[in-house]
Amino acid sequence: MPAPAAHLKLPADLVACHECDLLQTEPALLPGQTARCARCDAFIARNPPDSLDRTLALTLTALVLYVIANAWPLVGLDMQGRVVAVTLFEAVQVLWRDGMMPVAALVFGTAILFPLLELVMILLVLVPLRLGRVTPRMAPFFRLVRSLKPWGMVEVFLLGMLVSLVKLSHLATVILGTAFWATAALILALTFAGRAFDTRLLWQTPLSDEAAGVLVTSR
Amino acid sequence: MSRRALTAREAGLLSCHVCGQLARPPEGAVHSLRCPRCRAPMHLRKPASVSTTWALLIASIVMFLPANLLPVMTTTSLLGSQQDTIMSGVVFLWQSGSWPLAAVVFFASVMVPLLKIIALVYLTLSVQRRSTQNLLQRTRLYRLVEFVGRWSMLDIYVITMLVALVSFRGLATIEAGPGAIAFGAVVVLTMFAAMSFDPRLIWDPLAGRSTDPHPAHHD
Repeated sequence: MPAPAAHLKLPADLVACHECDLLQTEPALLPGQTARCARCDAFIARNPPDSLDRTLALTLTALVLYVIANAWPLVGLDMQGRVVAVTLFEAVQVLWRDGMMPVAALVFGTAILFPLLELVMILLVLVPLRLGRVTPRMAPFFRLVRSLKPWGMVEVFLLGMLVSLVKLSHLATVILGTAFWATAALILALTFAGRAFDTRLLWQTPLSDEAAGVLVTSR
Repeated sequence: MSRRALTAREAGLLSCHVCGQLARPPEGAVHSLRCPRCRAPMHLRKPASVSTTWALLIASIVMFLPANLLPVMTTTSLLGSQQDTIMSGVVFLWQSGSWPLAAVVFFASVMVPLLKIIALVYLTLSVQRRSTQNLLQRTRLYRLVEFVGRWSMLDIYVITMLVALVSFRGLATIEAGPGAIAFGAVVVLTMFAAMSFDPRLIWDPLAGRSTDPHPAHHD
């Protein structure tokens, strides 16, 4: 490990914009306020009121809705008395059996696996935080949440389901299942959980003096 | 906009892409740096951003053709068998009177992937030319590309639900076609291309070539 550079104390409120790299001071935010980059208007930080409790409540709600959305049939089709109803996982299985493995894997990942992983990881980070136990061990989970986020596409899936139902409505009677409504509610819970989450909560533990401003080199 | 605005790079600082921590790299150390706070790998800019974006863009352009020309599904019913491409699916929706949905699907499945590829080609080229024009507009364009990209998954979900629901043996069945795999590949590849593009490269030329202590590496 190279010797640490000359000791450097950076102001705690100094931030660099993630989209244009401009150094700026992050203003003290009142609850509900959002800070944006002075140059490119990118999101810098938000101070959602009561962030930890609200995020936890909404994430737990989302988890319950997720279970319902996956355990019950999404939609059914009634064609001259013959009824077909599928859950999301059954739909993926049909694709897989039809030889569309890449598409089945894509749907399984984006509509089933990644949203679940994201919820579980958020809970793994927030529950210890709520209990007052902050460990550096939660950082990798949070990194995973961040990289999974773009790949969870429940809201796109719901719209896709609506389009498919419109296409089928002339062919058969469409029955909306329990999971359909649960998925709609899940999207709301996920959206509000995302809004309520103040990621700065995770990094409030002050760095030791030696670590502050000096990079750690791995291996 | 003040020309004297300082970026983190000009100040010799790296910012962590996960937790936002600013840090000064130890003398001479460039590789395998980790954030002192969350231990995430730290880079001045996304590594090999331009070449990675190009590679993914070229791959998505290659896949764009089969995605739009090959059938994405085959419908077999009492009336015979019919193959649909992405575009004929839109035409079907339009003709059956659900033109708002036809517009949504046309936008999500045809326009978004196409415009996304064009936008990323433009952004990458302008960064390579070290353009200082339209900085804010290009940053906004990048944000838009990142935001709307996921909605192209729409048709994948439509196909999934149609295939799963329409399986009335003897009456009607729908099977996914090879175009669906290519289409899924376009969506995934363009999403990765957008992720590998570093928007800070748009602003880097402002720092000035002569006074720049850490020249950018455009691989």
